[in-house]
Amino acid sequence: MDWDIVIDFLLLRDPNVRYVVLGSVLIGASAALTGCFLFLRKRALVGDAIAHAVLPGICLAFLVFKTKNPAILLAGAILTGWLSLLFIDWITNKSRIKTDTAIGLTLSWFFGIGIMLLTAIQKTGNASQTGLDKFIFGKAASMVDQDVFVFGGLSIVVILVIFLFFKPLKLISFDRDFASSIGLPVGRYDFLLSTLTVLAVATGIQAVGVVLMAALLITPAAAARFWTDKLKRMLLLAATFGAFSGIVGAFISYTTPRMPTGPWIVIVISVIAIFSFLFGAKKGLVVRQVRQQKMQRKILRENILKLFYKLAEEDGQLYEQRGVDQLTNRRFFIPSQLKTGLQQLLKENLLEKADLDYRFTEKGVEEGKRITRLHRLWEMYLTQYLKIAPDHVHDDAEAIEHIITPEIEAELVHQLEMPELDPHDSTIPYGEKLPNKIKD
Amino acid sequence: MKTAIEVHDLTVTYNQKPALWDIDFDIPDGALVGIIGPNGSGKSTLVKSMMGIVEPSSGWVKIFDQDIEQVRHKVSYVPQRESVDWDFPTNVMDVVLMGRYGRSGLFRRLSKKDKRIAAESLEKVGMLQFAQRQIAQLSGGQQQRVFMARALAEQAEMYLMDEPFAGVDAATENSIFEVFQEIRDSGKTMMVVHHDLQSAAKYFDYIVLLNTRLIAAGPTEEVFTQELLQEAYGGKLSILDQIHAIIEQKGYPVRES
Ligand SMILES: Nc1ncnc2c1ncn2[C@@H]1O[C@H](COP(=O)(O)OP(=O)(O)OP(=O)(O)O)[C@@H](O)[C@H]1O
Ligand SMILES: [Mg+2]
Repeated sequence: MDWDIVIDFLLLRDPNVRYVVLGSVLIGASAALTGCFLFLRKRALVGDAIAHAVLPGICLAFLVFKTKNPAILLAGAILTGWLSLLFIDWITNKSRIKTDTAIGLTLSWFFGIGIMLLTAIQKTGNASQTGLDKFIFGKAASMVDQDVFVFGGLSIVVILVIFLFFKPLKLISFDRDFASSIGLPVGRYDFLLSTLTVLAVATGIQAVGVVLMAALLITPAAAARFWTDKLKRMLLLAATFGAFSGIVGAFISYTTPRMPTGPWIVIVISVIAIFSFLFGAKKGLVVRQVRQQKMQRKILRENILKLFYKLAEEDGQLYEQRGVDQLTNRRFFIPSQLKTGLQQLLKENLLEKADLDYRFTEKGVEEGKRITRLHRLWEMYLTQYLKIAPDHVHDDAEAIEHIITPEIEAELVHQLEMPELDPHDSTIPYGEKLPNKIKD
Repeated sequence: MKTAIEVHDLTVTYNQKPALWDIDFDIPDGALVGIIGPNGSGKSTLVKSMMGIVEPSSGWVKIFDQDIEQVRHKVSYVPQRESVDWDFPTNVMDVVLMGRYGRSGLFRRLSKKDKRIAAESLEKVGMLQFAQRQIAQLSGGQQQRVFMARALAEQAEMYLMDEPFAGVDAATENSIFEVFQEIRDSGKTMMVVHHDLQSAAKYFDYIVLLNTRLIAAGPTEEVFTQELLQEAYGGKLSILDQIHAIIEQKGYPVRES
């Protein structure tokens, strides 16, 4: 790699680099913003169809006008992109074919025709034809200021329109029927969103390439969704992801001119998406897993305390020391987990070490009592209010006891009128005060 | 009495298959009306065509003697809860504020007044403390109440609600019904799509009984007869027979709250 070029790029010294970067940012952002609404309306496939359907338009425009002027090629792209939408609607309305099939058919037909035309063009050996294939996989660095003016300008229009129509677009994406009930012309907004999609795809044809433009529409939206529950933030994040992958694409294209840009942009945005999928703050896999593990550890600790309390009930010795064997005899624990659970309880000062064994602290007694109480209260509730037979309530209580909040506990006590015995005639232990729950 | 809704020879088809056929009835002003019928009998379609959301193949609907387009701002519509994606990234307050879009316009900022009305509506359905909650984290009954609040925020003269009681527990059903009564007592008209025959007789003054065709429309005691219900529900009336037996024995069941 030539470091001079890298530094040139990073410092934006060359005015052309500035143009390319600016164009890529705008294209990435406008595609991502449009994609958010497609994503939320579960119309991701439509974006894919449009992305493929612009190819024959580009080829036709080239064949007819014999020019690579971006404005003309863009017009061709928009034309067939639009036709594909009409085509999808036409198929679904005139036949029994379902929407997803109609989209698939349209996509392959239009793209097939596009490839056919492209091959024909290449055979004619027209001198100015060289480089038309950059419209398939993209070549960001090939944009000159004129291209950026056209594509970037169009992207700005798309972004502005989304900004202006944010509320109605949000409303029809969330609740279409309600939107029409307050008089919103939903048909016209559908048209608007489709047009925006066609435009957003068309702006990317040179920098990203038609084939991969669909990824730049949907992937940023999908990635952003893992980080936030707020629509505005989702749009902002998606636009940032889109813009960032645009910059990386431009960088690659500039530093390694023979490399197609589109695939690189897709790789970058996919890495962002995978990272979001794993670590996203709202729905990320890892975050959910960590939460689940915390819950499991909490359940384990509570089960140990409950067992301590049960044993104490049986032999009447609250502060008796008890060994691991005694515990595992009464209830199944995975030994390694039991060990960490006990360690944790020691640390929280709910148990204390006695020789090699463990015994309750005062705080531990209260906690053991609390969990036993919740278990038995819940069993009471199930038998009394849901009329479930007493021999069927234990398993459910084993789970629910860990999630009952103090408020629900108070409500249970109130509704059951502070029962003394559970359905199995065990005493329900009430504490002096409502004890604190174990931290999770 | 004045007529609030007039449905005239209404036929609606989806792909040439009629979902509603030659429906014709009037609703008096200030009534609490139940729309009753089995699954797929066209209840939702009826409400949607009243709102102009689906186009009729023939016939028309007049609301307050006018076309719906003229009186839209006076009519509030609550879609069936399953018709939206509750995973949508938005919170309770935002959804209720959508009820103000119709009045305040989609291109202006919502005012303090809009926000106050939205908060009051949430308060009425007992959901104010959930105002900032993500809608994905609501239970079915809470979602239903959010939809109710959004409808209340519209401050309409007439309410058309599609299955507001679907999937809510007895307590919520009661509190929603109380809101209905309040609305009715303030002289407004309400049409409510409803599934449960048992409570329908108790809730509504007036009933539209539907099964693609109109089986009957009129005051509850006139419509809720064995014959008419049998006609609407066809042969599958065993549950209904049982309920009737129960009602005859014990009178209308009063639910615990
Ligand atoms: N968008 C649609 N396209 C095609 N057919 C539809 C559409 N909406 C409804 N239908 C059909 O029209 C008929 C009436 O539907 P509708 O939703 O009005 O019934 P409903 O009484 O509300 O049923 P439910 O009790 O299940 O809500 C059904 O047979 C349904 O399959
Ligand atoms: Mg329905």
